[in-house]
Amino acid sequence: MAKSHKPVVWFPFAAGGTVIAFFIPVIVVLTFMAALGHVPPGLSYDRMHAFAGSSLGKLVIFGVVALSLWSSAHRLRCTCFDFGLRADTLVATVLYIMAIAGSLLSAVYLLQI
Amino acid sequence: MSRRPLVREVPPTSWYFHRPTYLRYMSREITCIFVAAYCVLLVVGLQRLAAGPAAYEAFLLGLKSADSIVFHLLALAASVYHAATWFGATHKAMPIQIGENFVQPGVISGAHYVVWLVLSFVILYLAGVF
Repeated sequence: MAKSHKPVVWFPFAAGGTVIAFFIPVIVVLTFMAALGHVPPGLSYDRMHAFAGSSLGKLVIFGVVALSLWSSAHRLRCTCFDFGLRADTLVATVLYIMAIAGSLLSAVYLLQI
Repeated sequence: MSRRPLVREVPPTSWYFHRPTYLRYMSREITCIFVAAYCVLLVVGLQRLAAGPAAYEAFLLGLKSADSIVFHLLALAASVYHAATWFGATHKAMPIQIGENFVQPGVISGAHYVVWLVLSFVILYLAGVF
């Protein structure tokens, strides 16, 4: 049977698309309030630090950030191709490495908290 | 006798202007630029949170600018458009069959919208917005 690496890319892509759809709009609303000068109480240092300090919080934050990054990288790759940038292997390599680096960095930051 | 295969000339950078469907597809595609940029902002925020209270407060203050407001509006529009089109496609991605019949598309997409609204309100409530 022919083997393909596509499921490896596709699973986090589909999961990321769902995570982005469910979570990113409301998170944007929260930081948008901060941008307008009304920082929501939940975004204060103490509450965010406490949330990111718990293991459940770490897991949730890492899941949302890593899956969203991976899904965005995969979609950016498709968008580059659709806009006529046909160096797909190069684009895919750069974007996936950035997504993996971003995920690793967020894991490191979370473990420091 | 030689057979020439049909080769359709597709302009690689402007093909999506040919049909409204393609334009709608591309308008959904470009939402990922803003979502990806926002994800980078989230990683930066995590780094600032790990760096301590002073760095995190400076990060929150740094969000207060006209550019940031414009970026947030774009990111909000992009992520909501992504969510709406994603939920709109759920009934095609995972049709549910009960007995002989398939569940109505509106029910599957509608259920996603309801879960989305409830989740968003719960997160806003937990964040102390109201």
